[in-house]
Amino acid sequence: MARPAAGRKTRKPAAPAATDAGVSRDQLLAWYREMLLIRRFEERAGQLYGMGLIGGFCHLYIGQEAIAVGIQAVRRPGDQVITGYRDHGHMLVCGMDPREVMAELTGRAGGSSRGKGGSMHMFSTEAGFYGGHGIVGAQVSLGTGLALANSYRSNGGVSFTFFGDGAANQGQVYESFNMAELWSLPVVYVIENNQYAMGTSIERSSSETHLYRRGASFRIPGEEVDGMDVIAVRDAAARAAEHARSGQGPYILEMKTYRYRGHSMSDPAKYRTREEVEEVRRNRDPIDHVQELLTEKGWADEAALKAIDAEVRAIVADAAEFARISPEPDPSELFTDIYVGAGR
Amino acid sequence: MTDILMPALSPTMEEGTLAKWHVKAGDAVRSGDVIAEIETDKATMEVEAVDEGVIEAILVPEGTEEVKVNTPIARLSAGAGATPSPPPVAPPIPPPAVPTVTPPVVATVVAPSGAPSPPPAGTVSGRRTTVRDALRDAMAEEMRRDETVFLMGEEVGQYQGAYKVSRGLLEEFGARRVIDTPITEHGFAGLGVGAAMAGLRPVVEFMTFNFAMQAIDHIINSAAKTLYMSGGQITCPIVFRGPNGAAARVAAQHSQDYSAWYAHVPGLKVVAPYDAADAKGLLKAAIRDPNPVVFLEHEMLYGQEFEVPDDPDWTVPIGQALIRRPGRDVTLTAHSRMVGLALEAAETLSKQGVEAEVVDLRTLRPLDHATILESVKRTNRIVSVEEGWAPMGVGAEIVALVAAEAFDWLDAPPLRIAQADAPLPYAANLEALALPSVDRIVEAALKVCYR
Repeated sequence: MARPAAGRKTRKPAAPAATDAGVSRDQLLAWYREMLLIRRFEERAGQLYGMGLIGGFCHLYIGQEAIAVGIQAVRRPGDQVITGYRDHGHMLVCGMDPREVMAELTGRAGGSSRGKGGSMHMFSTEAGFYGGHGIVGAQVSLGTGLALANSYRSNGGVSFTFFGDGAANQGQVYESFNMAELWSLPVVYVIENNQYAMGTSIERSSSETHLYRRGASFRIPGEEVDGMDVIAVRDAAARAAEHARSGQGPYILEMKTYRYRGHSMSDPAKYRTREEVEEVRRNRDPIDHVQELLTEKGWADEAALKAIDAEVRAIVADAAEFARISPEPDPSELFTDIYVGAGR
Repeated sequence: MTDILMPALSPTMEEGTLAKWHVKAGDAVRSGDVIAEIETDKATMEVEAVDEGVIEAILVPEGTEEVKVNTPIARLSAGAGATPSPPPVAPPIPPPAVPTVTPPVVATVVAPSGAPSPPPAGTVSGRRTTVRDALRDAMAEEMRRDETVFLMGEEVGQYQGAYKVSRGLLEEFGARRVIDTPITEHGFAGLGVGAAMAGLRPVVEFMTFNFAMQAIDHIINSAAKTLYMSGGQITCPIVFRGPNGAAARVAAQHSQDYSAWYAHVPGLKVVAPYDAADAKGLLKAAIRDPNPVVFLEHEMLYGQEFEVPDDPDWTVPIGQALIRRPGRDVTLTAHSRMVGLALEAAETLSKQGVEAEVVDLRTLRPLDHATILESVKRTNRIVSVEEGWAPMGVGAEIVALVAAEAFDWLDAPPLRIAQADAPLPYAANLEALALPSVDRIVEAALKVCYR
């Protein structure tokens, strides 16, 4: 499809300070609540892991909350979301019940996959959430396939396909980029660049560290976004979604972000300093940023913010309790869901 | 003087139609000139002259069918000179006593033959059909029946299929439903699985399953496991199909049999048909199946003709083996191309007074335990035949099954016929040595019969 050359160009971010325009009080409060829900949920998941209630791998989203929330703000019914294994936050903002997410983490019958998927493998067709994938980069091809289905059906849907800076070095990402642009598929690639692929920093793993440029040789436009600023994320997501939805093909958003916790729960944290983490927490925290905006604008006083925090804590406590008392799956579940039409 | 021979244009070509001559006796040709067009069941190709000279005689007129590879098709007088000037009409030169022979001439693919011919609207009663066309008919019928079914893969559209299996589909269904992909197996397999998760029914063609190794992560980790990991929420109704196993003289990287690899994995169904009726019926069943199906075809069977029932709704249930030939003395299990070898072996054995029962497995997962066990309980002897390697293979599974479930019925230790435990060699003699043969099957069958 012919497009003006300018539309192909990658762009540097707009100044973050200019991004709070066009946000209503209710929107900002809702985003604050959602981001806080993710934060508190993940903190509790970390605790449950420490108590041995959650096993295996568990990758927390703390620090990256603004991305899932900002993208969700432009999602329309029918749009799909797919991501890798750092997926709890995405599931919460997609509207999945915190109880069933937490119960999946504890491997219980009340979990969204009835305990058979765990932290990295959760799904909700109802919420348009297609996982939750454990193989680094696999979700990029799959998400492009969701976009192929949207294109095939001409249903106007957009696939929001999330992956990290680590996955950005997988070959299938570029195979997918090529086909997505070739066939003008409605997909927005959201690269959550949290600076570390497990323990390898972006500088040590990537010859081109500006990941928004990674689509250039496929003629896919890309832009760098402050992923710690929910409004900047929302604004960029709106541009990208419009591009994809209008038949112009894929769009890349590189979200500059940071994860506060280790790669997974078993992370020696030898690859970065405590000071580096502290610096981000103190100066770039996405939730603090929104809180400051709310206060500055006089949209929420301390009491209102405390009320939100209390509400969120109650939801998380309820989810954790549900996940604790929900029974383990029945032994018969071992052989269900292997084939459609055999077992449940 | 040089004979121009009927060239082999593909590893498996044995004969072809001499569709058109571009030269006539007396024409001068130079290296690279197109002199003829040859049609095979896969494509129409141009034949180029290798040597310079003057066409002295056309030996095989155009329109001749079933011209065997290496048949002299024209005679070239040597050395008309490399002059760029218009060639003189060459006077006939007396042929020397022993003509020299050129190697097969260079060929380039131009267009698949019969490209625009659409698939038939419905098969007629009990028609002889090649496996290739049966597969095509199956896809065409399912695409007519269900709008969510589409085909994607390398060269499935404009090229009409690397092995001509998708001939005519682009013309009937258009580029939206017959999608030519780049050479990007990992990527397009993932796109196919994603589309299936969104509720479409993709048929993903691999040019051969050797290339699917690039994509096997999506076949196994994404397609086979997601239903389970999602607690039954995400289904993946997809068919991965293409030729599997050894073609002819294409060596180790293009010849592997992946039957055991895929049959190992819960969540997949694995089908490997032998004849055209099964190819069609099982492919239609696979496309309708709500689960991911790996559909293993065989290049050496594509051109073989079999009877295909005229029933427009002909399907063959996945998971049922078929007794191709009843016999009381020994059970031979096989799938895909090996069924043909087993049937031949059974004929040879019959002449020696041994009646072999040939069980065509048809589906490897789920494997039809009952049919295998019932057969062994009748014959008390079993030889499994597979094209792949023996260790951890299909035969290993069958022998384990029989040992566990029919031990008391066995009158001899089960035997396995499989490919030699080596990468498949290129050299013709070594290749023949490596692959299962009728002789080896006969020998094994006689051995378990203590003959």
